[in-house]
Amino acid sequence: MNPSTSRRTLLATAALSVPVLSGCVTSSSDDAAPASEAGAKSAENPLGVKADAPLEVVVFKGGYGDDYAIAAEATYQQKYPSAKIDHKGLQKVGEAMQPRFVAGNPPDVVDNTGAGRLDIATLVSASQVSDLSELLAAPAFDQPGKTVRETLLPGVVEDGTFGGSTVALNFTYTVWGVWYSKALFAERGWAYPDSWPAMLALCDEIKKSGIAPWTYQGKYPEYINDPLLTMAAKIGGLDLVKAVDNLQPGAWNQPGLVEAATAFAELAGKGYLMSGSEALSHTEAQAAWCQRKAAFIPCGSWLEAEQKSVTPPGFDMVMGVVPAAGALPVTAVQAASSESFIVPSKAVNTAGGKEYLRILFSLASARDFAQAGSTLPAVAGATDGLTLSSGLGSVRDAVQAAGGDAFNYRFRTWYAPLAKAIDDATGELVNRRISVADWSARIQKASDSLARDSTVVKYTR
Amino acid sequence: MRHGRWRFLAGALVPALVLHVVFVVSPYAQAFYLSLTDWTGVAGEAHYVGADNFSRLGSDTLFLDAVRNNAVMLLVVPAATIALALLLASLVAGPSKRWGGSAYQIVYFFPQMLSLVIIAVLWGFVYNPNTGLLNAGLRAIGLGAAARSWLAEPSLALAAVMAVIVWSSVGFYVVLFRAAIDGIPQELFEAARIDGAGGWSVFRGITLPLLKENVQVAFVYLGIIALDGFVLVQVMTVGPGGPDGATEVVGLTLYRTAFTYGKFGYATAMGVALFFAALTFSILALRWGRSHEEA
Repeated sequence: MNPSTSRRTLLATAALSVPVLSGCVTSSSDDAAPASEAGAKSAENPLGVKADAPLEVVVFKGGYGDDYAIAAEATYQQKYPSAKIDHKGLQKVGEAMQPRFVAGNPPDVVDNTGAGRLDIATLVSASQVSDLSELLAAPAFDQPGKTVRETLLPGVVEDGTFGGSTVALNFTYTVWGVWYSKALFAERGWAYPDSWPAMLALCDEIKKSGIAPWTYQGKYPEYINDPLLTMAAKIGGLDLVKAVDNLQPGAWNQPGLVEAATAFAELAGKGYLMSGSEALSHTEAQAAWCQRKAAFIPCGSWLEAEQKSVTPPGFDMVMGVVPAAGALPVTAVQAASSESFIVPSKAVNTAGGKEYLRILFSLASARDFAQAGSTLPAVAGATDGLTLSSGLGSVRDAVQAAGGDAFNYRFRTWYAPLAKAIDDATGELVNRRISVADWSARIQKASDSLARDSTVVKYTR
Repeated sequence: MRHGRWRFLAGALVPALVLHVVFVVSPYAQAFYLSLTDWTGVAGEAHYVGADNFSRLGSDTLFLDAVRNNAVMLLVVPAATIALALLLASLVAGPSKRWGGSAYQIVYFFPQMLSLVIIAVLWGFVYNPNTGLLNAGLRAIGLGAAARSWLAEPSLALAAVMAVIVWSSVGFYVVLFRAAIDGIPQELFEAARIDGAGGWSVFRGITLPLLKENVQVAFVYLGIIALDGFVLVQVMTVGPGGPDGATEVVGLTLYRTAFTYGKFGYATAMGVALFFAALTFSILALRWGRSHEEA
């Protein structure tokens, strides 16, 4: 055998096999989609579930576990005894579900949450998720006279809406704020400030007492970004938020954003951030805060549940609102729903998937979840009458005080690359490596280049 | 007889060849194809976009940061690791065998036993600015002024990560080089000694030239490690990949583009670019060795 011939033959074979093999990844086509199983609609069965159609539920098994999802499945089973339910609780939902979406045989319900989740904007642009308007218009499972839509907290429907179509329903309600220990503040006679000058004055006092006024989860600059953007929204109002999300030219030069960035640059400049914070992970920074090394920490309402095992007894953590006002009152909160449930458009039993969500978003299911998970569910009034822990109680009070003044930026779910650019810039700002003007300029540049990028699907609000 | 031989050869080779084509050649082929599409990673279809993905790479600042950092790592990591490994190997082996050499060798080799993720987590603790071993050590010896936020300062973060890469890979090469040094005939060292050569001259004149092939292989392997760096950066650094892109590596940009941004086609283009970079580096490193041999 002549070696050079064989090598050439092998290369030729390989070259020939390229087009054949490359078909593998993208071989499935839309026409292979199975006919959706559906039954007759009635008052008892508003979504037309076929009683014996099997139901496959995939849930992210993270901090909240998946018992709440299993409980909702049990209710579904009671209503449709002949349906066979397949439950999977996974840590890496995205990795496990990606091949199934590609192959066109996704489950009937997916809780697309956790670090490995699939990018929802990508799923939408690939038409992989069904519209949930029928579910929102359906009567609520255990609140007579109300539709599902009417039972949800403000912003929940909007958070799952992409280009006019609601494709995801988020089960938990997250509120962002600044956390402190009620016990520590009572001991030292400090009062939570209601304006930014009062915050700076208190920080000065805290610093003199030997405690660092603020710390933040420096490894993930997103955390310090949240109160900054909350402050900007309170000063500039919803128009500011919309300009940012709609990628408007000059959006990042709006006075509200500049003022908020200046405030946080000042916080850093006066040495009110605990030294070393910039390199700490969320667990390290939050542990330092729990050890009373710092007085304030910015975080979302999951903080109490996350810190459960390391919080000293009697610490009594409380979430305060970002002390700023302007176009919105000081009680306004940045709130968004998360734990995102979708019904894949190519699922076999989409009616069953929606019915499952109707049960999951019932008042009874949400109440159980709130008690077990120390987290506010997206269903309004689910925590009424419950005895809540100090953190969750403060979150509920903040939501009630805010009333309709709950707002949320959408860029993080719409344009993940822009979110990274903003986080990076804010990390540099609070470490005093760039000025406020540079901060605005570089984020605006990222926003503009995203606006020009024709490969990214744009949304407006 | 001849027929029987062909049948035997075919029977032996075809299954292996089929496995190779399915599991090695086809993923490459698919990757090259996907890098020319806009595949999102979740859709069942992808559109051909030609070289668009590759032309975007040139203006992607984060990708360029990553390329710059990988280039720095490519220059520093193999050189530093090999220099350190050669030094340690010649201390524990060869002409000047010292007491406890084997014990040292095990100590040097120890990092190889740990998974890279564990190493990253441990060093993350060491670099912690407030409670970390490094700053605590500096303060203990009166150098508190030198204490830093190692992973959060753009000018230090990449060096801090590279130090961990060197630390984690040096042990393997100590063992490799020691074995090679032990393979050198003792007479050569003795002759050199008799001629009055000192330690450094022996190393330069005898040990290093006879270790050349090992060093060359080490260069190729370490170069490929330097082109990666993903695990350490992902686990240890701010962002990750920060602060502000200071520790971004191509592997991380690729991962984020694919799994966070849902742009698999574009991410595959980065992978293909990385593949050619690694290929070019390997060929150059091996060629360089060969041309020196001929000279």
